[in-house]
Amino acid sequence: MDILQLVIVGMVVGSIIGLGAMGLTLTFGVLKFANFAHADLMTLGMYLAFFVIVDVGIVGGHVGPFSFGWGMIPAVLFAWGGVAAFTVGVDRFVFRPLRRRETDFLSIGIASLGVAIALQAVVQAIWGSAPLRYHSEIHRALTFAGGLKIKPDQILIIGLTLAMAVALYLLLHRTRLGTAMRATSDNAPLAEASGIDTERVRIATWVIASAMTAVAGVMFALQSQLRFDAGFEFLLLPMFAAVILGGIGNPWGALVGGLIVGISQELSTEWINTGFKPGVPFLLLILILIVRPRGLFGSETQWST
Amino acid sequence: MLPVDAFTSLAGEAPALLPPLITFGGSVNWTVGFLTTAAIFAIAALALNVQWGYTGTINFGVVAFFGVGAYTSALLTLDAPGEFESYVGGLELAIPIGWVGGMVAGGVLALLVGLPTLRLRDDFLAIATIGIATILRSIANAQEGLVNRARGLNGIPRPLEGFANDMGVDYDLVLLVLTSGVLLMVFLVVRGATASPWGRVLRAIRENEATAQSVGKMTTSYRIQSFVLGGALMGLAGAIFAHRIGTIAPDSFDNLTTFLVWTMVIVGGSGNNRGVMLGALVVGFVWFGLPLIQEELPDFLGTRVFMLRRIAIGLLIIAFVLTRPQGLLGEEPRVSRFAPRGDGGGGLWPTGLWSRIRGQPGGGAA
Repeated sequence: MDILQLVIVGMVVGSIIGLGAMGLTLTFGVLKFANFAHADLMTLGMYLAFFVIVDVGIVGGHVGPFSFGWGMIPAVLFAWGGVAAFTVGVDRFVFRPLRRRETDFLSIGIASLGVAIALQAVVQAIWGSAPLRYHSEIHRALTFAGGLKIKPDQILIIGLTLAMAVALYLLLHRTRLGTAMRATSDNAPLAEASGIDTERVRIATWVIASAMTAVAGVMFALQSQLRFDAGFEFLLLPMFAAVILGGIGNPWGALVGGLIVGISQELSTEWINTGFKPGVPFLLLILILIVRPRGLFGSETQWST
Repeated sequence: MLPVDAFTSLAGEAPALLPPLITFGGSVNWTVGFLTTAAIFAIAALALNVQWGYTGTINFGVVAFFGVGAYTSALLTLDAPGEFESYVGGLELAIPIGWVGGMVAGGVLALLVGLPTLRLRDDFLAIATIGIATILRSIANAQEGLVNRARGLNGIPRPLEGFANDMGVDYDLVLLVLTSGVLLMVFLVVRGATASPWGRVLRAIRENEATAQSVGKMTTSYRIQSFVLGGALMGLAGAIFAHRIGTIAPDSFDNLTTFLVWTMVIVGGSGNNRGVMLGALVVGFVWFGLPLIQEELPDFLGTRVFMLRRIAIGLLIIAFVLTRPQGLLGEEPRVSRFAPRGDGGGGLWPTGLWSRIRGQPGGGAA
C-alpha cells in the first residue's frame, strides 16, 4: 500500500519533471544546445505567477477543491508571456550571435550557464530567499479506497501534463509550424534550403517551450514551494535525465523519462535514506548513458549529431 | 581585524558583516587573506583549464571535486571523533599526507564520473557533472557516521601553525607564502604537462577529435587522463581550503564555487595558464571586493550585494563568451618550443586554436 502511495506521488513529481523536460527537449532538439538555464526559467515562471496572484493580488476566490482561485489563469498566462519574452530576448542578444558565428554548441551552453546564474540571482533579489507559497490555506487530500491519498491539485498536475503533451503532439504532427520545427530539428540547413525561415522557427520554439516551462514551474511551486534555488538543486539534473532517457528532441520520450525519473525517485525512499533521493536521477542518467546513450526512444541520428 | 572569516564561506551568504577597511592595517590584512583565497581558486582554475581549456571537456561539478578533497584531507588529519561527533577517519596523519589524500580522492572521483561519460558527446558529461555536487552534498548531510552530517568537521589542523608561533611571524602571512608556493608548483606541473606532447594531443582532441583518432591517438584515454589530472588538482585546492578555514560543512560547498571557477577561466583565458591565474585574481577581486563597498551602495543594492555579485559573474560569463571568447589573455598559438611562431598563418598551426569552439577565423590569440 505504501508502495502504491509512493507511485502516485512519483507520478505527480514525474509529471512536473516530464513537462519541464518536454520544453527542454524541444529547445535541445531544435536549437541543438543544452540549455543550462532551463530550470531557472521554470523558477522565473513560478515567481511571475506569484507576482500576479500575491504581489498584484488577483486571487479569484477558490476553484472547486483546488488550492487556488481563478487568478491562477491570468497568472499562468502572464508567466508564459514573461518566460517567452525573456527567452526570445536572450536568444536574440546572446544565443543568436553565437549561432551566427558558428561557434561550437558547447560555448552556447556555457553562455546559458551565465544566464542561469544571473537569472537566479535576479529572482532572489526581487522576491527574497525565503520559500513562498501562492496560498497559505491547508489543502486537503482526497482519500480513496485503501487509504490512498491524493490532493486535487495533484490530479490536475497529472491531467494537465497529459493534456499539454497531446497538444504538443498535435502541434508537431498536424500543423505547418510543427513540420517546420521537426525539419529544423532534423537538418537546419536543409530546412532553410527548402524555404523554411529557421530563425522564425527557433523563436516559435522558444515561445512554445516557454508554455511548458512556465506551467511546470507553477506546478512545482504548487506541489512544494516557490524556491529561488530550485533550478540547480532540484530540477535541472532530473530534467536532463528525463530528456536523455527519452532521446534528445523527443517530447513523448521526455514525458515518459520524467515519469520514470519521478517514480523511481519517490519509490527509492522505501529502501534508502530520503537524503539520497537526488542520486536516483543521476544513477538513471549514468545507466542510460552506458547502456543506450541515444535514449529509450531516440534515433541513431539524434544521438550522433 | 578582518582575518580569514571574510573568506570562510567562499560562495555563500554568511559573512554579512565586514568591518570597514579604513585603516592601513585592515587593508593589509584583507589583502593577505584575499590573495590566499585567490591562490586557492587559482589552483582550481588551473585544474579546470586542463579539462576545459586544453581538452574541451566541460565539468560543471568543480565543487564536488573540491569538496571531496577538502573532506578527505580533513578526515585524514583530524583527531578521532569526540563524544558528540561521528565521522570516519580521524587518523591524525600529517597535513601533507592529507593533501595528497585529497588529490587522490579528487582523481578517483574524476575517474568514476569520467569512465562512463567521457566516450560520449561533450554535452553529456556536462549534464552528468551538474548532479554530482548536489548528490555528494545530500549524502554528506544524510548519512550518519560518515562526515558528521550538517554539524560539519571542526578543528581541522592548520599547516605550519607551530612554525609561525615559534618564529613569531604573522600566521596569515605564512599561510599566504605556503599557498602561493603550492600554486607555483601546480602551475609548473600544469604548464609542463600541457606544453608536452601529451598536452598537444589534448589540444588536438579539443580541436578535432576525429583527426586525433585518425593519427592513432586513443582519444578517450587521453580525455580521461586530463579529467583525472584536473579532478586531482581540484581536490588539492579543496584540501588546502579545508585546512585554511578549519571548519567545513556540506553547505560550504555549493554550486556557486563551481560558477566562480568557471568565470575565472572564461574571463582569464581558456587554454592559457597564466590567463586563468589572472582570471582568479580579477574575478576573485570582484567577488570578494564587492561586499566591501556595501555601505557605499544605495540601500536597495547594498542589502542585495550578495545577489549583485552573482548577477555580475553571470553577466561576465555572457559578455566574455560573446565579445572576447579568448579571455583576457588568449591562448598562445604555439605548437612547441621548437616550432616557428607567429609566421602569419603559414606555420604548423593551420586553423588557429579554438577555432572550433569560438568560430573565429585565423589565430586564436589576441
